[in-house]
Amino acid sequence: MLQLAADNLLSPIVLSFVLGLFAALARSDLSVPEAAAKALSLYLLFAIGFKGGVAVSDHGIDAKLGAALLAGVVLSFALPLVAFGYLRAISGMNRTDAAAVAGHYGSISIVTFVAGSSVLSDAGIVAEGYMVAVAAAMEAPAILSALWLVSRGSAGGQRMNAELWHEILLNGSIVLLLGSFAIGWITGAEGLAKIESFIVSPFQGVLCIFLLDMGLIAGRGLREGSKVLDAGAIGFGLTMPLAGAAAGLGMGLLLGLSTGGVMLLMVLSASASYIAVPAAMRVALPEANPSIYLTLSLAVTFPFNLTVGIPLYLAAAQWATGG
Amino acid sequence: MQTHKAKRVEITIEKIMERRLTEALQSADVTGYSVLPVRGGSGRSGSWSREGQISRGSGMVQVICIIRPDRLDALLEAAFEVVESHIGVVTVTDCEVLRAERF
Repeated sequence: MLQLAADNLLSPIVLSFVLGLFAALARSDLSVPEAAAKALSLYLLFAIGFKGGVAVSDHGIDAKLGAALLAGVVLSFALPLVAFGYLRAISGMNRTDAAAVAGHYGSISIVTFVAGSSVLSDAGIVAEGYMVAVAAAMEAPAILSALWLVSRGSAGGQRMNAELWHEILLNGSIVLLLGSFAIGWITGAEGLAKIESFIVSPFQGVLCIFLLDMGLIAGRGLREGSKVLDAGAIGFGLTMPLAGAAAGLGMGLLLGLSTGGVMLLMVLSASASYIAVPAAMRVALPEANPSIYLTLSLAVTFPFNLTVGIPLYLAAAQWATGG
Repeated sequence: MQTHKAKRVEITIEKIMERRLTEALQSADVTGYSVLPVRGGSGRSGSWSREGQISRGSGMVQVICIIRPDRLDALLEAAFEVVESHIGVVTVTDCEVLRAERF
């Protein structure tokens, strides 16, 4: 376990993140332009979706796919309820902000998923390719739970409308992830062979630059957002991932997923969104303070998962599955 | 040269609300506007910058309309429905334009 943690901490992706974090905290002018960051995220989403589709094409679909998707949806609906109660119990956060934060912790961080997949790949552990589809399925239900939490006893159902549904279900990240998954599934190993030099070999390097940017964002978030977080909220950001991972572990074991599949479900359940959910919250819950949920998600939970969480979840998955 | 009085309305709003705002303007028959990206700034939620922004919920844009004074109220009513509960600033200033028929 300690060796795994040390290997993870000294990996290029984590060290790139730490470099970005340091640069932001030291107020260096190092920055990644918005367009470049967007291009990197498009590349990562395409690559991870495509490779997931190829894996499904290689190994075929088993009965667990539907069950895994359903489990992901259930986790995404349920985790905000746990997060909301926990956050309200340990911090002085108001109901609206707590519900908005809770929504982030039911949804997922695709970059944490990518980093977890990368660690699995380095360890030579294969996971079910359809976990990419599970990731996509877990994006949206948490948003509904968050809005339900804030609107209990009021006319909060009106917060959801067709336009918001459209944005949640057809946002660019989801479309690209599922679309590239479908392309990988359709074209299979032959398709992968044609673009392998683009989506396999450069993957780790691109991930490093992306995580450098994530480090910069997290560092800026810590600098600016630490003023809005109390000790209870920070404690929540560090411990809620463990509760989410435990739920993912239980669900993964119940489904009979492989060691890699269990680990990825733990990563998904432990991670907090910073792309899809903040956008939905700005539209549907504008009264919630974005500094609180973005800082918690990006500057507290994401670094925790990247440095401590992922090796911990892998060790737990190996221990629980005997893998 | 002959100039004509007009109103310049600047609406600084969250990027995620841009489409809702421009659709509201269109429905109020305000078909001429420009959308500019805002590089960064500081407000009640702290400071921010466009650099490295990956969240779709972050970032601001500025929508600028120049219209005839008699159409100002319709524009503001349409805009207010969208910006009312969101982060943003709406300003109205007097200006002059050269070709009044275009506004």
